[in-house]
Amino acid sequence: MQDYELMLDAYAKAGGVPSVFKDSNIAHLIVHKNKVIGSSSVKGLILEPKETETGIDVVLTVEKGIKIENIVHLCFGIIPQEGIQEINIKARIEDDARVKLFAHCVFPNAVKIIHKMEAEIEIGNNAYYEYNEVHFHGETGGIEVVPKARIKVGNNSHLVTNFSLLHGRVGVFNLDYESEILDNSTLDMTAKIYGYGDDRIKIREAGYLRGRASRGLLKSRIAVKDNAISEIINELTASAPDAKGHVDCVEVIQGNAQAKAIPIVNVTNELAKVTHEAAIGRVDKKQVQTLMARGLEEEKAIDIVVGGMLK
Amino acid sequence: MEILRIEKISLNLEGRQILEDLSLSVKSGTIHSILGSNAAGKSSLAYVIMGCCDYIAQAGKVYFLEEDITHLSVSRRAKMGLTLAWQEPARFEGLTVKDYIAVGMKTRDEDLITESLRHVLLEPSDYLERQVDKTLSGGERKRIELAAVFAMQPRLVILDEPDSGIDILALDNIINMIKALKKQGTTVLLITHREEVSEIADVTSLMCSGTIVKEGRPKEVGKHFKEKCIPCPTKAFPSEVDKQVKGAK
Repeated sequence: MQDYELMLDAYAKAGGVPSVFKDSNIAHLIVHKNKVIGSSSVKGLILEPKETETGIDVVLTVEKGIKIENIVHLCFGIIPQEGIQEINIKARIEDDARVKLFAHCVFPNAVKIIHKMEAEIEIGNNAYYEYNEVHFHGETGGIEVVPKARIKVGNNSHLVTNFSLLHGRVGVFNLDYESEILDNSTLDMTAKIYGYGDDRIKIREAGYLRGRASRGLLKSRIAVKDNAISEIINELTASAPDAKGHVDCVEVIQGNAQAKAIPIVNVTNELAKVTHEAAIGRVDKKQVQTLMARGLEEEKAIDIVVGGMLK
Repeated sequence: MEILRIEKISLNLEGRQILEDLSLSVKSGTIHSILGSNAAGKSSLAYVIMGCCDYIAQAGKVYFLEEDITHLSVSRRAKMGLTLAWQEPARFEGLTVKDYIAVGMKTRDEDLITESLRHVLLEPSDYLERQVDKTLSGGERKRIELAAVFAMQPRLVILDEPDSGIDILALDNIINMIKALKKQGTTVLLITHREEVSEIADVTSLMCSGTIVKEGRPKEVGKHFKEKCIPCPTKAFPSEVDKQVKGAK
C-alpha cells in the first residue's frame, strides 16, 4: 500500500471517516512524516503547507467574516516504526470568522518516533476557533509527543481545545498550551488521556484571563494504570474585572500508577474569581459497586467508569 | 416461598457493633419493609445482603433462593437476581441515562428503557441522552435509579430509602413505582424511616440498634414505631432502649 492508503487506514482506525478527504466542500490536510500527501481548501480559508526537512510549516488563515461551514480535517502521522515529525502551525482567525478543526494524529507502529507540534494562533474579535486533536498510537509506547501552543484571543471570541489520547500507549507525552484571553472572551480547554505500561504524561495548560468579563475553564481527565505516571499543571490567572475561571482536574489511578495535580490559581483583581477542584484516587468504589449490583464483573465495571470519565 | 433468609448476622465495623444477631425472612412476591430510625443499621443491612466489600459480616449467613450467598461477590449476587438501589446513588460522568439503565438488562431493550423512565415520570426524550452526572438533581437521580432497577427486572431489589430527598408530590410516584415492581414479579425489600411509606408493604420489620425488634402488619409496626421510636430513645436513654429491645425480643 502507498503512504496515502496506509495513512487513511490508520486514520479510519483512529475513528476518522476517510470519505471526508474526497469531499470538495471539506478542507483537509494529510501529512505523512514531512510529505504533504493530500490537501484542499475552501473559500475564505487559506491553507498553505510547506514541507521542511523534518516535517511541515503550515499557514492557516480564516479570512475576516468567513464562517467555515464544515469541519476542517487534518491528519498527521508516521506509518513506519521510526521517524520524526515536526509540525509548525501559524494560524490566524480574523475578526468575525469561525472555524472548527479536527486533527487525527496516527502512529500505529511507533517504536522510536518523535512528534512535535508548535502552534502560534491568533484569534481576532468576535471569532470562534475550535481545535480537536485525537491521537491513535500503537502498543509499544515508543513515541514522544510534544504539542506546544501559544494562543491569543481577541475580544468577544471563543477558543475551544479538546485533546484526547485514549487509543494505544501514550509513550512520553509533554503538552504545553498557553492562552491569553481578552474582553468578554472564553477559553475552554480539555485534555483526556489514558496511560498504562510505563507511559509518562505531563500536561501544562495555562490561561491568562486578561480581559474584562473573560471566562476560562481548564479541564483534565486522566486515567493511569500499571506503572504510568502523570503530572498535570493547570494554571489560571485572572487579572481583569469580572474575569472568572475554573480548574477541574480528575485523575484516576490503578495498580502502581502515580498521579500528581498542580493547580495554580492566581487572581490579581479584586473583582475577578478563579476556583479549582482536583480529585486523584482510585476508581470510586461506590460507582463500581453500583454497576456490579447490576451484574457486571468488577473489571468491566471499572472500564465503564473510567471510559465514561474519558468520553 | 422464602426468597431471602438472613440468619444471625453480626457486623462490626472499626470496633463498633452495627448489626447484632440479626435474622430476617422475606417471602417471594411481597413488599417487605424495614422500618427504623437513623443509625439503626438499615443501610448496613442492605450492604451486607448485597455483599458490598466493606460490609463483610463476622457471623451469620445470607441465603437467596435457598443458596448460601454469604461469600459471593456483588456481581454474582446480581446475576442471581438480587440488586440494590442506593440511598444516594452514584453519579457517572460520561455515561448516558439510557446506557446506565441498560447496564443491568440481560438483553438491551430500548422500549423497556423508555418505559422504565415513563414509570418514574421522566420524559424519555428529555433524559435518554443526558449524563448520569452532577447535572441531575438528587430527585432525578433517584428516579433514574428506580428506572434502572425496573428495567433490570430482578427477583429481589433492596430499595434503600427511596423516599429520602423526594418531595411529597413525587413520593406518590415513587410508591406507584414500588407497586409496579411488585406487579412485574420483583420482591421488594423496602428500607425507610417513614411509617407512612412503610405502610405500602405486606410485612414490616422494625429495626433498632442493629437488630430486628418487631415484625408484623405495617400499620401495627408503624404505630409502634411512631409511639415508641420518635424521637429515637436510643440516643437519649440507651439503657431504656436496651430494656425495650430485650423486651421486644
